[in-house]
Amino acid sequence: MTDHLKREIKEALIRDAKTGSMSRRQFLTYSMAAGMSVSAASGLWTSDVSAATPKQGGKFRIGVHDSNTSDTFDPGTYVSVGQIQLSHTHRSYLTEITPENGLGPDMATEWSATPDAATWTFKLAENATFHDGRKFTAKDAIASLNHHRGESSTSAVKSLLDSVVDIKADGEYTIVIELNQGFADLPWVMTDYHFVMLPAKDDGTIEWESGIGAGPYKIVSHEPGIGTELVKHDGWHREGAYFDEIQFITLNDPNARQTALITGEVDSITSVDLKTMALMQRNPDILVDNIPSGSAITLPMFTDQAPFDNVDVRLALKYAIDRDELVEKIMFGTATAGDDYHVSPGMPYAPTDIERRPYDPDKAAFHLKKAGLSSLDIELSAADSVLPGAVDMCVLYSEQAKKAGINIKPVREANDGYWSDVWLKKPFVFVKWGARPTPDQMFSIAYKDDAPWNESHWQNARFNELLLEAKAELDDTLRAEMYHEMCQLARDDGGTVIPFFANFVYARNKNIGHGEAVSSAWENDGARSAHRWWFAS
Amino acid sequence: MLDVFSIVAKRLGFGLITLLVISLIIFIAVELLPGDIAQAVLGQGATESNLAALRAELGLNDPAPMRYFNWLKGAVVGDFGVSLVSKESVTDSITPRFVNTLMLALYAAVIAVPVAISLGVLVALFRNTLFDRIANVLTFTSISSPEFFLGYILILYFSVKTGWFPSIATVSPEMPLFERLERTFLPALTLVLVVVAHMMRMTRAAIINLLASPYIEMAKLKGTPAWKVIVRHALPNSWAPIINVVALNLAYLVTGVVLVEVVFVYPGIGQLLVDAVSKRDFPVVQACSLIFAATFILLNLAADVGSILTNPRLRHPK
Repeated sequence: MTDHLKREIKEALIRDAKTGSMSRRQFLTYSMAAGMSVSAASGLWTSDVSAATPKQGGKFRIGVHDSNTSDTFDPGTYVSVGQIQLSHTHRSYLTEITPENGLGPDMATEWSATPDAATWTFKLAENATFHDGRKFTAKDAIASLNHHRGESSTSAVKSLLDSVVDIKADGEYTIVIELNQGFADLPWVMTDYHFVMLPAKDDGTIEWESGIGAGPYKIVSHEPGIGTELVKHDGWHREGAYFDEIQFITLNDPNARQTALITGEVDSITSVDLKTMALMQRNPDILVDNIPSGSAITLPMFTDQAPFDNVDVRLALKYAIDRDELVEKIMFGTATAGDDYHVSPGMPYAPTDIERRPYDPDKAAFHLKKAGLSSLDIELSAADSVLPGAVDMCVLYSEQAKKAGINIKPVREANDGYWSDVWLKKPFVFVKWGARPTPDQMFSIAYKDDAPWNESHWQNARFNELLLEAKAELDDTLRAEMYHEMCQLARDDGGTVIPFFANFVYARNKNIGHGEAVSSAWENDGARSAHRWWFAS
Repeated sequence: MLDVFSIVAKRLGFGLITLLVISLIIFIAVELLPGDIAQAVLGQGATESNLAALRAELGLNDPAPMRYFNWLKGAVVGDFGVSLVSKESVTDSITPRFVNTLMLALYAAVIAVPVAISLGVLVALFRNTLFDRIANVLTFTSISSPEFFLGYILILYFSVKTGWFPSIATVSPEMPLFERLERTFLPALTLVLVVVAHMMRMTRAAIINLLASPYIEMAKLKGTPAWKVIVRHALPNSWAPIINVVALNLAYLVTGVVLVEVVFVYPGIGQLLVDAVSKRDFPVVQACSLIFAATFILLNLAADVGSILTNPRLRHPK
């Protein structure tokens, strides 16, 4: 065994042991199998593992932002951060995004597809129970998914399951999902925060009103917009859930949230005000997690409307933006500069060899001239409710673009009703997208030619052809190639400027421990801090 | 006394009409807001098909006047309906919040009113002295600063730096009274600082206004000490304006606390109203607003009755 390999095995062992998925005995056995002596392995356990080994017990208090009195338990209308954090704590999903941003099992233990990826089989955990003791079976899984399907469904993610033709049970612990087209990403889609598993009623609908679930913690008391108290669900079928109790406290005001963390009223907060982040970092009792995410800021323009129907105008706008300056000045460095394709570096199949487009006012002016224009006057709509600093960002972009002869007039729109009256209505707007787990999902909802949210009205035959092909392709290498080409197309022809991908910035007391890797799916380790983190001291 | 009762009855009748008009105005205002509840609930996730399904489920396809009268039918018999968003009874979701708001208002009032009136008497007594100036400057400063700023200052000194009081005022119904008073001390103090100046200045002005009257002159001439002139002779005659200002400020303590609630994360009714407006949850908006309106009407009525009782001349308007 080479030293290099040995070191890798050792690291992998430590990593597994630290996340608690391995006991001391197992650790010693595996370490010895990897060629270590008993004393060396034992020493390693003491020095490297147990220091960061999860401890059982305690009440973990999370100060959560964007939690409202109007939040409900209906999974179809989940929308706020508070609902997402809570739903991952008291409820569960078929699959989950792991701390390493891979795909892992939750209520489903394994899944497989037919070669055309049009029929998927999910095997369910046989030992999973709901909080009232009922067993979780195939009929619950089917009812939970059907909540988001059908004519009368009010679910916000109805469109994600549009291609599903039928969901059937195969025995008590297997479900079979049939689709009218290949869909290689279906197991990834199942991690979407809306698709929680709930108990079925006799008529095939789900029982969502009671707040019951099969997640690691069960609700003791819940007041929307104020807080929730939970205790451990003893029948939870998975490893983890180190805390005995969880308390969510709504702290919508950034100042109240941060003060609460500093004065020890809460152990963790889901969002840090970027303007005061540096001050928080100076506090020795506080640890700030700054995690790159797939949540993109996009500036879509209507590509079927002048002047954006000219690809050179679009390129001019893409060259006229100084992404690095925006990341530094608007996001205080807590963002990853984007290129103009909507695939973040952390996503599967993210291309690594496309060179990021630089800020180049001369090139922008060149493309403008090529489009037959000497100057360009356009309006860019934004609202600070979409992202604090959104309007400032547009003002800065406007200054940058002036050097290329482009006059962007930033328009501050009303916070209220931005999604219904500005987005998809005005030709050039500021948008923030939540992270989607795979390129296919992102492209299908916002870039596909006939998608209702095709915010740039972009029509590119080759792109759409590839999208369909890649959707049903189970071979990873081929898929990676297809997504590479699609990213290139979006970058050079698409109608969306992507300034950056925003990070999740959250903070915790230094006595809260977590694994080496944390998921970038949502705030607080993919909204799963309640069952992944622990009290270190 | 009979005449007082008839005034009260008449005023309550007018109050009811006012409430009816207000409810209509609020309904129209909510209707005028851009976007409807279905769009507000689904947000970025709205599509034609789920919007249509949600609108049908919420009964938004009925014409607006019909929805208003359906609501009104319930409201007159005390049934404020269910929240369109959470499907919970409006009464159930508002009651605990309103109790919290009232408790905080009461807490602040119990401190603020005696402090303001005694300060007012003192500054009238020592008018134009250094004490008067300092009291004025301090209270004016506190009334001129926005509440959230006062709140932050208090949090900084009494919570972050000294750790004397908790920075957030999370309370629950089962919390013991003393702990509750400690938890809510900072928000109550913020409110006290905001309302004291107004009441104090009015007390001072009302008293000084009377000091030129002949009967005060008479009291002075017969050798009554200055404090007695003010407390015995001037104060009783200046109750009417003072009571009015006190009532206004009490109403403010109930209806104007949204900012304080946000800063201290206090579970009161203000935050509920703000959330309901942003989601266009009409029954909740309506109920909260009517509570606020009723508070104003009742406190104004109380102020008028108080003034009448302290000044018999007002009972016989010419």
